[in-house]
Amino acid sequence: MLKKILMSGNEALAEGAIQAGCSFYAGYPITPQNEIPAYMARRMPEAKGVFIQAESELAAINMVFGASAAGVRAMTSSSSPGISLKQEGISYLAGAQLPCVVVNMMRGGPGLGNIAPAQSDYFQATRGGGHGDYHCIVLAPAYVQEAYDLMFKAFDLADNYWMPVIILGDGCLGQMMEPVLTQNAKRKTKNAKKPWALTGCKDRIPNVVKSFYLREGDLERFNLLLQNKYRQVQQKEQLYEGAFLDDAKIILIAYGTMARVAKSVVDRLRQKGKKIGLIRPISLWPFPKKAFTQYTRRNTQYLVIEMSYGQMLEDVELAVNGKAPVEFLGRSGGGIPTEKEIMDKIKKISG
Amino acid sequence: MPRIIIDQKRCKGCLLCIGFCPKGSIAIDKKLNAKGVRPVKFKNNADCLGCAMCAVMCPDCCIEVYK
Amino acid sequence: MKQIFTHPKSLRKISTHYCPGCGHGIAHRLISEVVDELKIREKVVGVAPVGCAVVAYDYWDFDCCEAAHGRALAVATGIKRSRPDIVVFTYQGDGDLAAIGTNETLHAANRGENLTVIFINNAVYGMTGGQMAPTTLLGQKTATTPLGRDSKLQGYPLRISEILAQLPAVRYIERVALSSPKEVLKARGAIKEAFQNQIDHLGFSLVEILSPCPTYWGLSPKAAMDWIRDVMVKEFPLGRIK
Repeated sequence: MLKKILMSGNEALAEGAIQAGCSFYAGYPITPQNEIPAYMARRMPEAKGVFIQAESELAAINMVFGASAAGVRAMTSSSSPGISLKQEGISYLAGAQLPCVVVNMMRGGPGLGNIAPAQSDYFQATRGGGHGDYHCIVLAPAYVQEAYDLMFKAFDLADNYWMPVIILGDGCLGQMMEPVLTQNAKRKTKNAKKPWALTGCKDRIPNVVKSFYLREGDLERFNLLLQNKYRQVQQKEQLYEGAFLDDAKIILIAYGTMARVAKSVVDRLRQKGKKIGLIRPISLWPFPKKAFTQYTRRNTQYLVIEMSYGQMLEDVELAVNGKAPVEFLGRSGGGIPTEKEIMDKIKKISG
Repeated sequence: MPRIIIDQKRCKGCLLCIGFCPKGSIAIDKKLNAKGVRPVKFKNNADCLGCAMCAVMCPDCCIEVYK
Repeated sequence: MKQIFTHPKSLRKISTHYCPGCGHGIAHRLISEVVDELKIREKVVGVAPVGCAVVAYDYWDFDCCEAAHGRALAVATGIKRSRPDIVVFTYQGDGDLAAIGTNETLHAANRGENLTVIFINNAVYGMTGGQMAPTTLLGQKTATTPLGRDSKLQGYPLRISEILAQLPAVRYIERVALSSPKEVLKARGAIKEAFQNQIDHLGFSLVEILSPCPTYWGLSPKAAMDWIRDVMVKEFPLGRIK
């Protein structure tokens, strides 16, 4: 039965996780995602799950490592500086092939930065962040409803591919409130299809959860296995939303909150008859390269807009591969490109 | 005669000074300061001991004491 | 007539962002008074925490350094060992010192770093919206213990000072409170001793200060002071611990 509730992005992520069967949450206070642990503190015990406020973000990700190894759907949340602390743990989760969901409500950086929204952690999320040749699936909601819905997908992808899934939001999405149609999805059981989980070795060969391969050749073989997995993810899990792409000459590319501003610009300019469109990546890793293969035509011009100084820009440039010009507009440190700034830039590049 | 001077601009109206003054020599002013708060004021009575308990407790260091 | 109470020189005369009745204002002033009295303003470095006092360096008129959340004692170790003639102090809340920073705190103490540590214990995480702290009391309601702290789920309030006191390299630990003028003056004395110890090369000195948070305790400033006097000191007894 569907119920419509007015929720903040933070709350929607938390409620979505619980509905998706998450039964372990470990986190630590950091603005602008404090509503997530506060919501989980109340809601997890109601849902018969575990909530724990860890002593630090570092401890929290390691608690998630444990819970995931035990075969339950586990998650943590934080914001940029706290996500930096989690990088070792995320590398371990990837290396041990453990599923989990990590929510990053990005804020201005670097360092302590501020608490305003930003998109400056794209590199951190998609290029590793931690050490080693690994990837996490990265999903970027732009609407509170989507934040709720993507949690179901996130946990499913994590369980399916045995890897961490990062939800990349920002302080704006976390704080804004929109109506959400909730669903009472059937919760996945604790270790459905997780024969590797540490549940006690009764009646089976013991399981070991580890990311350590000392013997000559073993680690390379393991890495090839990971790379193969990542190739499958790249083939099957690219996700994006397009608007007005069939005849667009100038295509804006933006994700998350930034895409909402870009969409307003597209709507406005379309009313004036301008042939303008929008590609909104929803999966940032795997990056939706197929959108660019499909929509790059002879006169196409791309404009990447981010709350950063050019991070997703590099993935767009790689995907376009020189076949069309790629322009950029970005602000960071808490600054958000405005509709006017975007329209001025479009005017400038369209000549 | 001991007295105190209160910096009403920086007073946040926490009223700790009133809470700890042994002589009731401090009161809430009727006017508002720029913070939108009713600051405290010295009643300027003869009861002030110059004990400085108000100044010791003021979190905003708004009080000077003369004795 | 002479002025018997003045605004300390090393405390900037500006409005702070702290809530009305917050203990930080008093603690900042006491540190400034001690810095002025010991005449060390020009060789002191304060290490600020992450928490409500993250911008403490806006209020003190001497050299200050930021530190990542919990890492103040590591940062302070770096400063002090590079420049032993500088008087280095950290100013940390309960999350900074006894949650995320516990490891750095324990090891700086165990190494006997010649540092002064001012530990502001207000039993809650103020800056981020009133979540549980390691020192939150049993039954205390916070944003992450909506039903009150339960020892079975969240353990007991952490008496980090008593734990650190067991380390042989620790020189001085005292717990004080800001709950009345008499206690505030005792706090000032403890802070002075902690600074003097560093100057005299006597080693790791920590002052734990029970401080009010009217906002997240849901009490008026005066009632918050009384709560320290009547409730908090039962869990965190005052006095010299080492």
